[in-house]
Amino acid sequence: MTNLTRRALVASGVAAAGAAVGAALTAASRRFGLVPPDAGGFYGPGETLAYASHRLFGRHALAREFPRRTISAKPFANAIAPPTEAFKRHQAANFATWRLTVHGLVERPARLSLAELRTMGARSQITEVVCEEGWSYVAEWTGTPLSMVLHASGVHPAARYLVYYSSDPEWWESIDIDEALHPQTLLAWGMNGAELPVPFGGPLRLRVPRQLGYKSVKFVNRLVLTDSLDEFGSGTGQSAANDGYAWYAGI
Amino acid sequence: MSASLRHARFVRITHWLTTIAVFALLLSGVELVLSHPRFYWGEAGNVNTPALFSIPVPSSRGTVPTGYGFVLPDQNGWSRYLHFQSAWLVLFTGLVYLVAGLRTGHFRRELVPAAADRSWRALRTAIAGHLRFTASAFGDPWSYNALQRISYLVIVFVLFPLVIWTGLAMAPGFTAVFPLAVTALGGRQSPRTLHFLVTIALVLFTIVHVTMIVLAGFRSRVGAMITGTAEKRQ
Repeated sequence: MTNLTRRALVASGVAAAGAAVGAALTAASRRFGLVPPDAGGFYGPGETLAYASHRLFGRHALAREFPRRTISAKPFANAIAPPTEAFKRHQAANFATWRLTVHGLVERPARLSLAELRTMGARSQITEVVCEEGWSYVAEWTGTPLSMVLHASGVHPAARYLVYYSSDPEWWESIDIDEALHPQTLLAWGMNGAELPVPFGGPLRLRVPRQLGYKSVKFVNRLVLTDSLDEFGSGTGQSAANDGYAWYAGI
Repeated sequence: MSASLRHARFVRITHWLTTIAVFALLLSGVELVLSHPRFYWGEAGNVNTPALFSIPVPSSRGTVPTGYGFVLPDQNGWSRYLHFQSAWLVLFTGLVYLVAGLRTGHFRRELVPAAADRSWRALRTAIAGHLRFTASAFGDPWSYNALQRISYLVIVFVLFPLVIWTGLAMAPGFTAVFPLAVTALGGRQSPRTLHFLVTIALVLFTIVHVTMIVLAGFRSRVGAMITGTAEKRQ
């Protein structure tokens, strides 16, 4: 056997082993929720590395919380879409008519008023809103942990994602079930000791403090539990994909 | 590794991979800065708070007061994808370079200044030679002088680790696991500002680096970093 054929043999052996390891890793990653929906394409490797490493090393890690004196005196609401007619009617009724619908892979679909939501439990946390643009502010958020709402609705074990919608039809997002059940993921209805102001997402904002601001959708009115994002935004699972943004925003 | 090579294979491969990644990081990084060309220190910062400094460029966001009457198109989607993918490339390439460099004695042999050169006097001579563009100051194709060695050591062991650290310290998912990465810097806006300043330092280095290569002979120096071979030692 010449060196050349030996080398070719070794190379093809390594390639075959590499392909097998790669296939096994892909299967395992999907099973353990380490592959983001935008894992295909040119930027797939980088996205998968970021999402998988965050999930492997920090699935249950807590976002930083801050002392009260750190709360920003001048938080920035950012530009918001003009309110729809339906939203203005809710606003005129002081949001007494606001409902949060929970459906999809749940035992007991629900339609909750803000008052009902408040009675389910409350938590306050001082966390930072970080925009992908680079700016940030610290505020105290008060709300009902999303996990309480999901447990009350009886989430089916097959549910892998939460898709959430807003009264702004152009802004909807999804997170994995670990992020949805995370103790700091909050259906916030209060901010800095007062009712959550409309510019900051009132009457209800889903605060996801381990991810960037575009995941913290304002004016939330609908939650859907699903085992796959294939049917949501052509598999992207978010409105931000229309502008080319990544699904995982923990980075 | 052959003793007759100027640059070991691992040095050449990691050099060019880093070149590609840094170019992509810089392109996307410039774009990302445009969405908020204001910098702060400490924990929080936004258009309602005073900036530490801001860059006089137009912005891709209408909410940023820039003084320009127009808003640039939003390019952050692909810029963020490209930035993070290139950051992984830099990280893995850097790890390979670090491990191979330690194993082969590359840092000790090529980058740590010789004992005789570890003096202010030697450094002064090297700096003076560079400033006068004396070919002998940077003309040895087979070895770096003390100034070059110190520059490369600072790039490899100070600026690259700093730019990676400050980059990671901006990621909320990362700081949830390693809060010290950001608290040690005094809050989330500080690493963003440092990331920008370290990038400026890296860009300045690159400008000087390429200028020196042109002065020393572009074809021979770039050729050496591709093929590993250099002209005979005088």
